[in-house]
Amino acid sequence: MSEAPQLVVEDLHVRFRTPQRMVHAVRGVSFSVGREKVGIVGESGSGKSQTGRAILKLTPPNGTVSARRLQFQELDIAGASEREMLKVRGSRISMIMQDPKYALDPVMRVGAQIAEAIPETPRLSTAEKRDRVMAMLEAVHIRNPARVHDLYPHEVSGGMGQRIMIAMMLMAEPDLLIADEPTSALDVTVRMQVLAILDDLVTRRGLGLIFISHDLNLVATFCDRVLIMYAGRIVEECAAADLQNAKHPYTRGLLASLPRIGSRHQKLAVLNRDPAWLND
Amino acid sequence: MSENSATLRGWLKAEVTTSSRHAALQRFYFGWLRLKGNPLALFGLAVLLFLVVVAILAPVIAPAGYNDQSLTRRLLPPSAEHWFGTDELGRDVFSRIVWGSRITLYISCLVAIIAAPVGLAVGTTAGYFGGWTDTVLMRVNDIFLSFPGLILALAFVAALGPGIENAVIAIALTAWPPIARLARAETLTVRSSDYIAAVRIQGASPARIILKHIVPMCIPSVVVRITLNMAGIILTAAGLGFLGLGAQPPLPEWGAMLSTGRQSMLQAWWLAAIPGLAILTTSLAFNLFGDGLRDVLDPRSE
Amino acid sequence: MTDSTNPNAMISVRDLRVTFGTGAAQVHAVDGVSFAVKPGETYGLVGESGCGKSTILRALCGLNPNWSGDVTIGGEAMTPVRTRSFYRRVQMVFQDPYGSLHPRHTVNTTLAEPLKIHGIGEADERISRVLVQVGLGPAFRYRYPHQLSGGQRQRLAIARALILEPQVLLLDEPTSALDVSVQAEILNLLVDLRDRLGLTCILVSHDLAVVAHMCDRLGVMNAGKMLEELPVSALEDDSPTHPYTRQLLAASLGYDRRLASGAVEDIEG
Repeated sequence: MSEAPQLVVEDLHVRFRTPQRMVHAVRGVSFSVGREKVGIVGESGSGKSQTGRAILKLTPPNGTVSARRLQFQELDIAGASEREMLKVRGSRISMIMQDPKYALDPVMRVGAQIAEAIPETPRLSTAEKRDRVMAMLEAVHIRNPARVHDLYPHEVSGGMGQRIMIAMMLMAEPDLLIADEPTSALDVTVRMQVLAILDDLVTRRGLGLIFISHDLNLVATFCDRVLIMYAGRIVEECAAADLQNAKHPYTRGLLASLPRIGSRHQKLAVLNRDPAWLND
Repeated sequence: MSENSATLRGWLKAEVTTSSRHAALQRFYFGWLRLKGNPLALFGLAVLLFLVVVAILAPVIAPAGYNDQSLTRRLLPPSAEHWFGTDELGRDVFSRIVWGSRITLYISCLVAIIAAPVGLAVGTTAGYFGGWTDTVLMRVNDIFLSFPGLILALAFVAALGPGIENAVIAIALTAWPPIARLARAETLTVRSSDYIAAVRIQGASPARIILKHIVPMCIPSVVVRITLNMAGIILTAAGLGFLGLGAQPPLPEWGAMLSTGRQSMLQAWWLAAIPGLAILTTSLAFNLFGDGLRDVLDPRSE
Repeated sequence: MTDSTNPNAMISVRDLRVTFGTGAAQVHAVDGVSFAVKPGETYGLVGESGCGKSTILRALCGLNPNWSGDVTIGGEAMTPVRTRSFYRRVQMVFQDPYGSLHPRHTVNTTLAEPLKIHGIGEADERISRVLVQVGLGPAFRYRYPHQLSGGQRQRLAIARALILEPQVLLLDEPTSALDVSVQAEILNLLVDLRDRLGLTCILVSHDLAVVAHMCDRLGVMNAGKMLEELPVSALEDDSPTHPYTRQLLAASLGYDRRLASGAVEDIEG
């Protein structure tokens, strides 16, 4: 990348205090994101979601975040107050969650929810807002925006709900999008559509995208760059196209454990976790 | 068990449990650790334990019998000799409060023992079978629920005649419907879960599914509900006593004491205030303990 | 589909229909599906959520009595209400190992329950044996589900299904709630147990790769209908005929912008 990265994370730590012990969920993670698609892959408990949340300071109250540097454009997130973060969240950095069912307000029509995300300034009339919502619904390839505009969240399908979420998140024209398993709740064919929409938006609007997922295949084919997380650390970073040639035994183990068409009559490789991975 | 207390704790926290009893005890121990972290609940529990001890040791603690009259020492204010003063018949109020704790515990425990199983049985049956069974059982339930508790209890006591046993029956009749509702709601969520489906395709009979698989899931919320309802039960019992329909004189039931104390409240404040305080403290203790119990027993908290 | 009338089939399903609701709200969840599974074979049912694949399993195992059609298992015609002995022959493993285990029962209680229901003795030996079979040591015997990892829970769920020594094992997305490395362990375990115990299996999954790994033949479903039946070798040769199957196959290989462009235009609205 020639230009300066949008987001720089250096030595990020997230710790949780539970009644029994201290859990060190993210242990010294460093990376940067430009106007590109960066995938974070890992298994449950690898700290990938907590990394995404920490960037938006959305860590649950029993957790503490520390970092040598957590910089988004000109803003020092690590030192930012809650009030400053409120201005950033949803307007300059947006987050797409796994399941749209829980992220959409069940008693508010879809159109009204998207309109709420329109920035306060400049002030727009109701009609102008409606036009912008319609345009955005079209941008996420909803064929009949007028009808969808007046539906309630429970009346739309999962794929449509996820597209509505994306429309909502993009309304404020953010510079960085954090998508935490945005397609895990979707069927494979719908997943392709949603990913294509995200892909086009990143290319056309020049956003940065952090794509958090457990699906190696998907990340390898969708993202530009991949970070592989294990037990709170990034164990490997590589171009998505080179993932098949990964060097770290954990990444190689994960890839080998995937069942494939054609792997019948073979035993799948089982990952042997080396305690040394925790420390290198 | 030959272990001393240090290794007993180690045994309770052991990574590997070696028998069903060990696992159950460990579960209980972890629950206790959680409860210990909640000072208000612990306070409630302490008050209740204190009450139980007082009730058991009433003959030792109370300086006099609950009906030892001394007409020369009527309406004496609290003093070193009579901590809570004396009433209009010269009876020691402190002794009567101590003896009365037996009646209060007797009523509340008996109501809980009757109402909880009835409510559980009705609620889980209605919830599991659904359809007509559900409709019939829940309409009966609605009828009971649509009367204010005290009024319903009054009606039953009026029909059965006053007395502690009849008061218990009457209060139990008003206490089971909310428990049945709760158990039914709980059953409806549990019924569609995969672990119930799994036991169904093992060929278990409905009775077995309800008793061994659904009831254990309902018990925590029912226990919490009953504990929280205890305050209401004590107040209803006191209300019946106050109206002269519960425990009959000279029994030192706290509500009845409050009722008679009311007549001489202006000259002798302690006659109404002391039983009132006793009722207040006990119901508060049940409420605090119930709240803490909810946090401990909630399966989602594990 | 001549296979479905095969008298040698372990499971034979003909014209199975399952409807939910009545009147205008009626949904044909399964709409005239037929297939047959030979003894010892593993048959895959693939499709997206709501296509009716799990509904078929629930009808087969007796959880949903509201179906019509002809179903025979082990040569015996099925009625909506099953006898107790039926459940000794057909068992099921559910998708979500967090929801399929009773949270207040220890491993021991969970495994002892089916033995008690069927009045089978020697509970102690049987439980130890099945725990070893699924790769859980004796140390797990008195733990509660919340003390187990996702993979350990799924092993327990498999042990519970196997303790009655069934002939037919129905698998409803048994690995979709698990991490990939754990998925590999569970798939290996299932393949191993199937081969060792000679089980006949039906595997329901949305993941073509999982089905291709475990099964011999598969049926592709969409909107309650069976679109096509094909041997897994057809997937390996990349020769499925139905366009929907090809779409699933393409999607299973990951993201492809060129393929997705066709999909983007084809959006419900």
